Amino acid sequence: MHWIIAPVILPALLAPFIVLGARYHISIQRSVSIAGSLAQIAVALGLFLGAADGTVTLYQLGDWAAPFGIVLVGDRLSTLMVLLTAVLALFVMLYAIGSRWDERGRHFHALFQFQIMGIMGAFLTGDLFNLFVFFEVLLIASYGLMIHAGGTARLRAGVQYVLFNLLGSTLFLFALGAIYAETGTLNMADLAERVTLVDPQATAGIRVASVLLLLVFAIKAAVVPLHFWLPSSYAEAPPPVAALFAIMTKVGAYAIIRVYTMVFHPELEATAGLHGVWLLPAALLSLAIGMVGVLAARKLDRLVTFAVIGSMGMVMVSISMFTQDSIAAALYYMVHSTLAAATLFLIVDLVGARRANLRLSALPMIPGAAMISGMFFMAAIAMAGLPPLSGFVGKLLILDAAFTTPLMAWTWAIILSASLISVVGFARAGSTMFWKAKSLGHQSSADDTVAPPAALSLVAVGGLLSLIVVLTIFAGQVHGFMSELSAQLFQPEPYISTVTDTPGKLSTPKEGY
Amino acid sequence: MEFLVASAIGIMTAVGLYLVMRLRTFPVILGIAMLTYAVNVFLFASGRLTIGAPPILRKGIETYADPLPQALVLTAIVISFGMTAVVVMIALGAYLGSDDDNVDDAPEEDTPGKGDAA
Repeated sequence: MHWIIAPVILPALLAPFIVLGARYHISIQRSVSIAGSLAQIAVALGLFLGAADGTVTLYQLGDWAAPFGIVLVGDRLSTLMVLLTAVLALFVMLYAIGSRWDERGRHFHALFQFQIMGIMGAFLTGDLFNLFVFFEVLLIASYGLMIHAGGTARLRAGVQYVLFNLLGSTLFLFALGAIYAETGTLNMADLAERVTLVDPQATAGIRVASVLLLLVFAIKAAVVPLHFWLPSSYAEAPPPVAALFAIMTKVGAYAIIRVYTMVFHPELEATAGLHGVWLLPAALLSLAIGMVGVLAARKLDRLVTFAVIGSMGMVMVSISMFTQDSIAAALYYMVHSTLAAATLFLIVDLVGARRANLRLSALPMIPGAAMISGMFFMAAIAMAGLPPLSGFVGKLLILDAAFTTPLMAWTWAIILSASLISVVGFARAGSTMFWKAKSLGHQSSADDTVAPPAALSLVAVGGLLSLIVVLTIFAGQVHGFMSELSAQLFQPEPYISTVTDTPGKLSTPKEGY
Repeated sequence: MEFLVASAIGIMTAVGLYLVMRLRTFPVILGIAMLTYAVNVFLFASGRLTIGAPPILRKGIETYADPLPQALVLTAIVISFGMTAVVVMIALGAYLGSDDDNVDDAPEEDTPGKGDAA
């Protein structure tokens, strides 16, 4: 019963311990981090299995009843995202330790735990203002992680990243103020009931609020034209951090799915048209721009950041159709794209640590090239969506979901041509970086000081890749689960009644009081 | 009173937006600060404007002040204060490192073909 708060509490306790108790002992920090990540996975798995049969778990903080107190809610969607975060965090942590990135600055492990805390909280909360608070928790930790290990280029990118997100937070507060002024509540389930009561003649306020909120989440999800913060900051961030950030764009997508299926759902008259008329074209545009960016990039790290924008575009295309099939497809693709993007960022670091620069030009072969290029090949196939890996399955599901929509021709044309462009982009990058290198021979002996990748780093990358393979092999089962999840999203009544009807303080007294 | 509060929010937002679109970090940070002031007042006003009304339910009183937006504003103030401090520190670091406080990307120094060994 109390387990649902564990994903938030656990890192919140570990992080101060790491700062206060193990400040000068990197080995203790590492073991605490790994143990925390493993415990996190265990808890997340428990929550996931508990919610898999469709039960909605409610946790009232301080036992205050729903519209007055803050609640955490665990349904299929929340627990799936929690599990994904926990698994990703473990592999990223393994890589950060293996590649010794965590030693290059201070407080990496503490910030990492705070970041996990914020992400978990954002996935579990059932209250919009609480969502804002958890966004800020994950953002302030991400500011620290983003400039971990310092350097002027990184600090400059950090300034842009922080400023853009501060603007986003301000916008979020404007949206929340407008929603509160219109409905008098910020609890999502309560809000879902109240927006239907808004006078149809006076919907201006609530419409403005819903657009503002969508803008905020679109900034997080890096939907064009609100994506400008992403390329510099992800490319300049330490690669393990960028790999963890792969889940952060999904926080935005999650919030859009949650709020725009439950509160401002497509049938709601006041906000109808927001999804299909505005969100879908923006998503198609970000898919196109992302993949063109993959082809146009001159450096490998930039290439991956644009692939992230493109894949978020793909997710958003599928989300913005707002049918049961399309949300299921979007969630499958979201899991895949998180894993694929994280893997690519880690591989970029494997390459970058062994080359003079990451520019797409032929340089002498790097040590351990066979292994690294093989992994890049696999991750690129997954990201570009070629068979046999999960990107292909996900894209197929999205195309299938788009088949009956009015904008089918546009959607199909853009998805397919964007895929082609990204295939060309990745192929060009891979062959320049790895194949052309072969003709130049090995690096001169002076550079032999660069060690081959640490075993732990390879385990981390290999683990993520094998998860992609597992996702492909069990695509049928996973998609079946996603369909059930999506069905739950489109019948929000059990969620709403669980939140609003569970007694607590300030509602009808319990027995024995 | 409504007009005063509304125009204050409007002017602060306008000033904030203008400053945010400047090219150097100092005005941009000031702009962000102005925007957060504006949003704080906006949140405060979202619970309706009342003067001298009690926030706790009592017998015989018709008008109440909504206490929730005040709690929200307090949270928002604390968070924006912390965030502004963070961005000032990072911006200082970036400025001292590169001797340049523009917020845009530094011009790329690489020329095509320079890195090609072939």
